[in-house]
Formats: sequence, structure tokens, C-alpha cells
Amino acid sequence: MTVTPLGIPRRLLEFTIDGEPVRTPEGSTILDACRAAGKDVPTLCEGDTLRPKNACRVCVVEVEGSRTLVPACSRKAEPGMEVRTDTERARHSRKIVLELLASSVDLSTTPQVAGWIKEYEAKPDRFGPDAARLNEEPKVDNDLYVRDYDKCILCYKCVDACGDQWQNSFAISVAGRGFDARIAVEHDAPLTDSACVYCGNCIEVCPTGALSFKSEFDMRAADTWDESAQTETTTVCAYCGVGCNLTLHVQDNEIVKVTSPHDNPVTHGNLCIKGRFGYQHVQNRD
Amino acid sequence: MDLHFGDSKPTDDERAAVDALLGPPESSWEGADRSDADLRWARGGREARDRRDLLLPGLHAINDRIGWISEGALDYLCRRLTVPPSEAYGVATFYAMFSVKPRPATVLHVCTDLACAAAGASELCAGIEASLGPGVHVERSPCLGLCERAPAALAIKAGDPVRTAVAAPATVHDAVLAASAPDSAPEEPSAAMAVPQAGDPALVLLRRIGVVDPSSLDDYRAHGGYTALRRAFELGPAGVIREVTDSGLVGRGGAAFPTGRKWQATASQPDHPHYLVCNADESEPGTFKDRVLMEGDPYALVESMTIAAYATGAHKGYLYLRGEYPRALARLEHALAQARARGFLGDDILGQGYAFDIEIRRGAGAYICGEETALFNSIEGYRGEPRSKPPFPVEKGLFGKPTVENNVETLVNVLPILTMGAPAYAAIGTQRSTGPKLFCVSGSVERPGIYELPFGATLGELLELAGVRDGLRAVLLGGAAGGFVRPDETGIPLTFEGTREAGTTLGSGVVMAFDDTVPLPRLLLRIAEFFRDESCGQCVPCRVGTVRQEEALHRIVERTGAAASDDIALLREVGRAMRDASICGLGQTAWNAVESAIDRLGAYE
Repeated sequence: MTVTPLGIPRRLLEFTIDGEPVRTPEGSTILDACRAAGKDVPTLCEGDTLRPKNACRVCVVEVEGSRTLVPACSRKAEPGMEVRTDTERARHSRKIVLELLASSVDLSTTPQVAGWIKEYEAKPDRFGPDAARLNEEPKVDNDLYVRDYDKCILCYKCVDACGDQWQNSFAISVAGRGFDARIAVEHDAPLTDSACVYCGNCIEVCPTGALSFKSEFDMRAADTWDESAQTETTTVCAYCGVGCNLTLHVQDNEIVKVTSPHDNPVTHGNLCIKGRFGYQHVQNRD
Repeated sequence: MDLHFGDSKPTDDERAAVDALLGPPESSWEGADRSDADLRWARGGREARDRRDLLLPGLHAINDRIGWISEGALDYLCRRLTVPPSEAYGVATFYAMFSVKPRPATVLHVCTDLACAAAGASELCAGIEASLGPGVHVERSPCLGLCERAPAALAIKAGDPVRTAVAAPATVHDAVLAASAPDSAPEEPSAAMAVPQAGDPALVLLRRIGVVDPSSLDDYRAHGGYTALRRAFELGPAGVIREVTDSGLVGRGGAAFPTGRKWQATASQPDHPHYLVCNADESEPGTFKDRVLMEGDPYALVESMTIAAYATGAHKGYLYLRGEYPRALARLEHALAQARARGFLGDDILGQGYAFDIEIRRGAGAYICGEETALFNSIEGYRGEPRSKPPFPVEKGLFGKPTVENNVETLVNVLPILTMGAPAYAAIGTQRSTGPKLFCVSGSVERPGIYELPFGATLGELLELAGVRDGLRAVLLGGAAGGFVRPDETGIPLTFEGTREAGTTLGSGVVMAFDDTVPLPRLLLRIAEFFRDESCGQCVPCRVGTVRQEEALHRIVERTGAAASDDIALLREVGRAMRDASICGLGQTAWNAVESAIDRLGAYE
């Protein structure tokens, strides 16, 4: 029997988004309400399985009475709030944030960002050819996944997933400060010398492709990665009795990547090393 | 939590430094040799994790003893506190005073910030580097808070105990002496030397500086010390809050929030315990008032913290002191010990049955830790990154508990409020900015230092008092996060409302005068470098925006007019987004000074 948890009934708050009245359950964020109302607010560092970090600031909206713009992803809705999502002021900050990121980070594998750059008329080139970039080389220090921090927007999602929000391994942290801040293990050592348990839950939440399966990284390098030719099949992991859901990404009859549905009520997209990476036996054809 | 430690072992010195802070390890779980008992049960765990806030003191202990933090030392400290090494590495690399790479035991911090740059810091640096051997690491530093004696240098020689020496105003010879033999460097001049008005009977906040012996509790009491605390006990907590509210006192750290309201909001929180935090992480370039107060009249801060804690129902206070203030640290440690020994701190203060004690926590070189929530994270042993608000500190502050956080100067104002009464205090200054205010005057003046004036005095009056030199080009109000004004704007009244009306800010009370010998674009570039270095890196507008701001200012440092206009337009756009979309005040104000220089001073015309 499938039981869908309904949770405690929550009071509905009334406020306005872009002048239109909306009702949203108490405790939800402005972003939740925007999405329910069909408003398109871009997000990068927000994750559906993680507490909002509001680091990227691309989701900022205007709230009447607030001196600064407000991150929609983390600010809780309050009764009577007047939220405006599409003002010149909010659009300006989003445009600049996109320009700042695109001029310093490799966003080539970040979904949706190209569309936003176009929509907000962002021109990352205008900071000139000498604008500082991250200039990181991909870290390939194990057979399972690759850390390409040239693509890292420092959203903290991998740190949160590795830490107390999910995995409790605490293998990675933000090290350094300001523009020099990077995700690193202790002493900036290779992953193989760290507390990493290779669950890959950091890959699951990475919004930019900075963290990727070694198989995906190699195929992209060989220019054979073709998402349009991939099928996704959700199944149940056979390793133990927990029953985690696996989504197998298959291209040319080979599993190239494994993810997990974020709405799974047991695992919320998290897996262990076996479910995430232990699929080779399936395609051992000898 | 399944912690993973590498194979690196601490040296005996490193182990001793950590053990001196935490005591010897109790079991092999904490890094001692393994015994039979360790095989039966695990100790440490939650109990050790609750000591996470000792991470920063632990890093200080290692850095003070060795001069840098090795892998073995960091791992040992993590074992002792059950902290994941990756997190501790993230914390250690956050602070400018720590190094995770080997470096000489002596580090000489040479200030290259605004006041010191105008006083020839770059020549000083070059001279020092030419005449110092490899045994000293020279670090170009943001403002050291010694602006009245620019240019300044601070030597820190690791060892047991760590030794420090200040050379200010520094010549190459003085700085080299301070770095090579900190013990034999000449004694710093008394704090009173930073107060040109010292001894003036009209002073309120500064009246004891240069008059009392800062090491003597008796002398403090002989000059009116602890009368305010007795008055507080007569009034009761609610009465104290009423007096402070009626006095109109607002925060002096820069944000000007009404102190009485903050105290009331904290006191009325049902969640306990409540904490008091004194923000003494004075790092705004050009600000040195809190240092002078702490060095010249340390008991006043101890007394006022006791009053604030009593009013808000706190029994534990933290004094977060800037890491670059060794003399203030020594004076305050002495004052706390004396106060404890004499019953002015402890379980039963003045026999009133009220318990309170203060712990000093040292910062480690991070401007951002002056932001109130970043300071909480720093004390708790995390990276000093600001938290998003709401929730506000009065509700969820230090350790997630209701916390009142005040700046040193704000707290010290509570003493005259209680001794003279709220109406008399509110009569000082203007209607909306009450009381006396401290101003940190430096730069192109004859008598730089801390000046105390009632709110409402004009900028011109203050500059005249300090003996402003000819050829004034610009005055920076409020520090790097403040704004420039023109020499013909000296009629601006120095009040919160007056500066706001004039489109500028009082900030933390910085008044820095620049004459026409200092090229303005160079100053702006230094301000931009400061923000780039001090951005914590958490949010995109500030992390990348401060870099783009610096790059643009670099491009136009020698340009004017049309040649600079494209970059100025770019700066405006980036600046606007930083102001609107950054998480905290650092990013929100990082463009203020540059904008004011362009708009008010015509910096690139």
C-alpha cells in the first residue's frame, strides 16, 4: 500500500506577487509561491533537496519596504508582503550576476543558463579579455568522478550534501576566501586521501556539471556525449534492502550515468557508492 | 559523523600548544596513546563536538607557537575537538593571520591602507624588504588601526609565549628592529597620545584616558568606576533598558540601530540562555577608537558589558577582539582577571546574586567578522561568513540563542547614561543623534587622533580642532564603506541625520583628510583592493563584483574624461548590483566610496 504523507495542515498566507493576490502555505518561500503562481524566477544555487543557501543571488526579487533585494529562494513568505519579480531593479541584478558568473566561470554545462543570459541580455564579454577567471584544471584523481572547479559557481550544494544535510561525511568544505575560495578537501589533497565515501551525492546536486561521472567527463572530452540519444530508466537498486530508486542514463546500450529521483520519499536523490557507481556488472557482456 | 584523519602527526611543540589550551587528551579517540579502556568505549563524540567553538582559539594556539598550521597540527586539533579536517581547513584558510604553508616564525604586518599609504607605506615596505633577512615574512596588511601614527607595522613572533611589537610611526629601522627583536623594541606610546583632548574635563567617553592607570581597578573606581553598575542594580534590568531607550542611544559601529530597542528585543525572548557579544573587531580602515578605549580605559568596557548583560538577562559575554590588537588584548585580559578576583565578575557580582563572566575571543584577520552574524560564525568555529537575516540576532544569534551584540563605543556610552541619567545624556547632541561621539581623525592633519565631540558639531569644526593642513582635496567619512566629501562641504553637521541628508554617512566615525599630493585614483584602487581581499566569497555579486570593480579601477587609474567613461558606466552597473543583491553590508557598501569619489569629487574628470 502506498501512503502519501500529507503533513500537518498549514495555514494559508495571503500576499501579492506582481500585484496579483496569491495564497501559499505558511512556511513556504517566496520562490515556492512564485513557482506555484507560474512566475519564472531563475535559480542556480537553490536545490530541491537542500536548505537554501542563497549564495548565487540570481533569484532576487523586490519586496516592498526592503532596502535591498531579497533572495526568493530563502525568504519565507509573510502575510501582506508585496513581491515584485520582474522589475528593472531585480532584472538588473540578475543580469549582472549572470555576467559576473559567466565572465569568471565555465558555464558550458550549466542547464538553462544560456537562455537566461539571452533573456536578461547579459554580456559577459564586456569585462574585457583580461577579466580574472577561475582558471582551474579538472581534478581527475579517481576512477569514479571528476571535479572540474573551472565550472564551479560556489553554490555550496556539494558541501551541504556531503555534510550534515545528507551524507555526514564532511569530506569537502569551502577553503580560502573571496574570489580565491574553492571547494577542497583538507590540505587541498586528492580525493583519495580524504574522507570521501564516493556516494556521488555531490554530483547529484551540482548545478553546473563541475562534478561529473568520469564516464560523462571522458565522453564529453571525446565529443561522444549526446544527451538527446540517452534514455532514462528508473528502477530499484538491487544491492540491499533499502530499495533506493536508480535512474539509469543509457546511451548506445551502455549505462553512462546514474542519478536518483529527488522526490523519492526515502532517499531524496541520495545513493551510496554501490548504487551510484556499481553498475559495470550489468553491462559485462563476456 | 565518521571522521577521517590522515597520517600526519603533530610535532611535540604543536601538540603542546593544543594541549595547553584544551588540556591533555583523555583517550585515544582524542589523540592520546591507545589503552585497553579505549577498546571498550568511545569518548569524545557529542561532548567534544560541543567544544567546536574552541577551533579558532586552537588555531591561534598553534599559529602563535609555531607561526603556521601544519597538516599534523590541524589533524590533531580536529581529533581533539571532533571537527572534520576539511571544515577546519576551510576555517584556517579563511583568516589572513593564519598560514597553512610553512613560513618564518616572525611575520611583519606592514599596513598599506589609506592613511599609511598616504604616509609613505610603499617606500617603507620596499625599505623593509631590502633590509630584512629571510627569517621574517613581510605581509602587506589592511588597516592595522594605528592611523594616528601612520605608517604602522606590527611584528608577531611565534613562540612560547608569542611576542609582538608595534612600530608606529614606523621607519625602516624601527620596523626591522620590531621584527628582529620584538622584546627589545621600544614601548608603544600610551593610549593617551592618541587623544589630543586628553585631560579635558568636558570629556565624557574619553575622560579617564590618560588620567587613570589602565591596569588599576582601584584607580578606575577612584575615577567614578562601577558607579554605573551600582545604579543599574538599583534600577533593575527593565529600568536600565528604559534609561538606555530614553537616552536615544544608537549603535556606534556604523548601522546606528537604537540600542534600547535591541536590548528590549533580546531581553523579552523566551528562549535561553541569552548571550552578550561585544564587537571589538574594529577593522574599518581608518577606525581606531575602540582600540584606544580598550587600551586606555579597559575597565569601562568590562563594566558596561556587565550592565548590558544584566539588562538583557545574559550570564555569558563574549568579547570578540580584533586579532591585530595585542596591547588591547593584554590590557583586557588583565582587567578581566582583576575584576574576577574582586567580585566584579563571577557568580555573585557586588553581592547582588547576579552571575556574569566575559570570555575574550580573538579574531584572526578578517574584516567580514565585524559583520554581526559573521562574528557569531567565527566564534562558533565556522568560517566567518554572514548568515542571512531574518532571523535576526536578537532572536537567533550566537549558538542559535537570543543575542545582543554591541560595538565597544556603544557599550561605553551606557556608563554616562546611567550616571548622569537619560534626560541629561539626551540633552547632549541633537534631537535625533544624542550623546557624545568619537571621531577617528587621520591623514592630512597636524594632530591626528580620537576626538570626542557632541553630535552636531560640523566637519569643519572637527577638522580645525585636528589642525587640518593646507591643500585639502577630499575627506573620507565612515571609512572604506563610507564616502568622500569635498573640502567645501565642511559645513556638514556630524550627525546621523545630517550626513544622511548630505548624501553621505557617518559610519564608524572615520574622518580621513587627504591633500592634493595623494592621487585620488590610487586611493580608490586601494579601497577596491581592500574589498576584494576581504570579501568572504559567499555571494556572487560581492565575490566577483569586487574583483571586476578593482579591474576597472586599475584600467582607468591613469585615465580621465571620455577615456574613462566606459569603465565608469560599468562600475556603476556592477556597483548597483553589489548594493542591491549582496548578502551583507560588505558587498552592499563596497562601491560607496568609489561612487562618491566619482560623483562628488569628479575623480576621473
